[in-house]
Amino acid sequence: MHSTEYDSELVKAGASAQGAFGQTAYFLRRYPLGAIGAVIMALFVLAALFADFITAYSPLSTDAALSLAAPSRAHWLGADYMGRDIYSRIVYGARISLAVGLGSTGLGCALGVVVGLVSGYLGGWVDLIAQRVMDILQALPLLVLALVMAAALGPSLWNTIFAISIPLIPAIARVIRSNTLALRELAFVEAAQAIGMSELRIAARHILPNTVAPLIVLATAQLGAAILTEASLSFLGLGIPEPHPSWGRMLSESAAEYIRTAPWLVIFPGLAISLVVFGTNLLGDALRDILDPRERG
Amino acid sequence: MSDAGKPIIAVTGLKKHYPVRKGLLRRTVGQVFAVDGVSFSIGEGETLGLVGESGCGKSTVARAVMRLIEPTDGTITLEGQDITHLGKAELRPFRRQMQMIFQDPFSSLNPRMTAGDIVREPLLVHGVARGRAAEERTAALFEQVGLRPAQMRSFPHQFSGGQRQRVSIARAIALDPRLIIGDEPVSALDVSIQAQVINLLMDLQRQKRLSYLFIAHDLAVVEHISHRVAVMYLGKIVEYTDKTSLFLNPLHPYTEALLSAVPVPDPRLKRRRRVLEGDVPSPMKPPPGCAFHTRCPYAEARCRVEAPVLQEAAPGHFVSCHLHVAA
Repeated sequence: MHSTEYDSELVKAGASAQGAFGQTAYFLRRYPLGAIGAVIMALFVLAALFADFITAYSPLSTDAALSLAAPSRAHWLGADYMGRDIYSRIVYGARISLAVGLGSTGLGCALGVVVGLVSGYLGGWVDLIAQRVMDILQALPLLVLALVMAAALGPSLWNTIFAISIPLIPAIARVIRSNTLALRELAFVEAAQAIGMSELRIAARHILPNTVAPLIVLATAQLGAAILTEASLSFLGLGIPEPHPSWGRMLSESAAEYIRTAPWLVIFPGLAISLVVFGTNLLGDALRDILDPRERG
Repeated sequence: MSDAGKPIIAVTGLKKHYPVRKGLLRRTVGQVFAVDGVSFSIGEGETLGLVGESGCGKSTVARAVMRLIEPTDGTITLEGQDITHLGKAELRPFRRQMQMIFQDPFSSLNPRMTAGDIVREPLLVHGVARGRAAEERTAALFEQVGLRPAQMRSFPHQFSGGQRQRVSIARAIALDPRLIIGDEPVSALDVSIQAQVINLLMDLQRQKRLSYLFIAHDLAVVEHISHRVAVMYLGKIVEYTDKTSLFLNPLHPYTEALLSAVPVPDPRLKRRRRVLEGDVPSPMKPPPGCAFHTRCPYAEARCRVEAPVLQEAAPGHFVSCHLHVAA
């Protein structure tokens, strides 16, 4: 009935073989906020990749004369108490903070989705066991867990990512499970069973795509939290070891002492974290809409 | 209950009881007798209408026959093969023989898949066709159900209710089944659209010699499409006969009441309505004796104690009522 309108909509959407340019132009027009989010994220990723080329100072070199220096022409964002250039530290810190944020969110989501999907779809004793394991994970304090991991394996980037991703698993698994429970009762799942489709394929083809919206919302919210969690872990010496710069630690180690005397130590890392969280949220919202066919007219 | 020729599907003594669990230990405190001993058979190219009010177990029959739920008791025979206890893998080839159309045109199609992908899916799952061949078959299926192949790229929300049911029908006939179970396939549609969808189903039946188990609560719809009709009440079939004798000469008091409730599009016609008193008893505690005696205007002492069985009261006309037992 609406198919002629739909076809023209498709052409507008640039979906009919207009190439990447048409699609990008459509994306910009339809989701301006999403585009801003994408640009912010792209800038941070590029900064992290090309940190060597866009900084004049090493993020690790100290200079007593520059201790707590205010922003100036030579040091755009000032210097910290050890005289390290804050701009360089933020640019290099993007590597660690993005790796921790994206890595732990991605890992937590992947595991959480699998557990939630299996638990909700199969039900029965699988569900029972999976949910009790999730309870245990949730009951385990993150810091104790990180402490044990750091003590056993030594503080490193990977251990930090693992430790932060673990409390994420039950949060994601619960949401995906409850969505799956609701979706499982819908007639299109029954129709798939009537066709004789395997349970695994039903879960992957019919249930998972319909849980994308809450997953994206959760994941974008968790990304910022993960970057901050890394800060507290590093502050306790359980995360990324000194002197490597991470935004979280730049913020946490200076917040109490220097907020009055040298606020640039606090403002700029905080701004970097806020921008990344803001960018992912904008991008996530747009992604959620783009992935929903109902939003496409 | 015999048909000319071998039946496509024969169901005997089908039961589905759900345990009711309560308390911390999930002890079984009772049973819901959703379907309690249902038997019927459907021949090639035949439509059996299954009617009854909400909650009488019609949909449970459909799901049990489709083996979407496990029957508690009884046998289901598809083209001479007992499929009641087949495992998932063994059941797969038989899935091609029977398909289902659902009531709700909104929840029966995955909102994130295109209509083309939805109809193509059974072909891929059963390895009937893939790639270009699957594409062409899907296009042909779209044409068969009165949709344009261009609509294969559309998503379910871009269709109207009637068109969605057509997509459902295309998915159901994709594997060339022998039997299609329609669980109130037109109940959610406007009256004008209902007629179109029913005519489509009847055309497909003629072309493909399909058998239908057509579940509905609207007798006018059932009269139009069915060859034979089974009336269900509280998990049991109470009357089972060909369409003409059911509509001209209903024997069971429940059928009589159902028929008197069918609206007649003539305001001048004054009819004697037989309005049933009371509610359907709980399927957890079916009344003793005849399940219908609590609402039956003719109930006798015997009906309250002794449960009637389905018996042939006239040739080919089965009824489960003490008032109509031949001898």
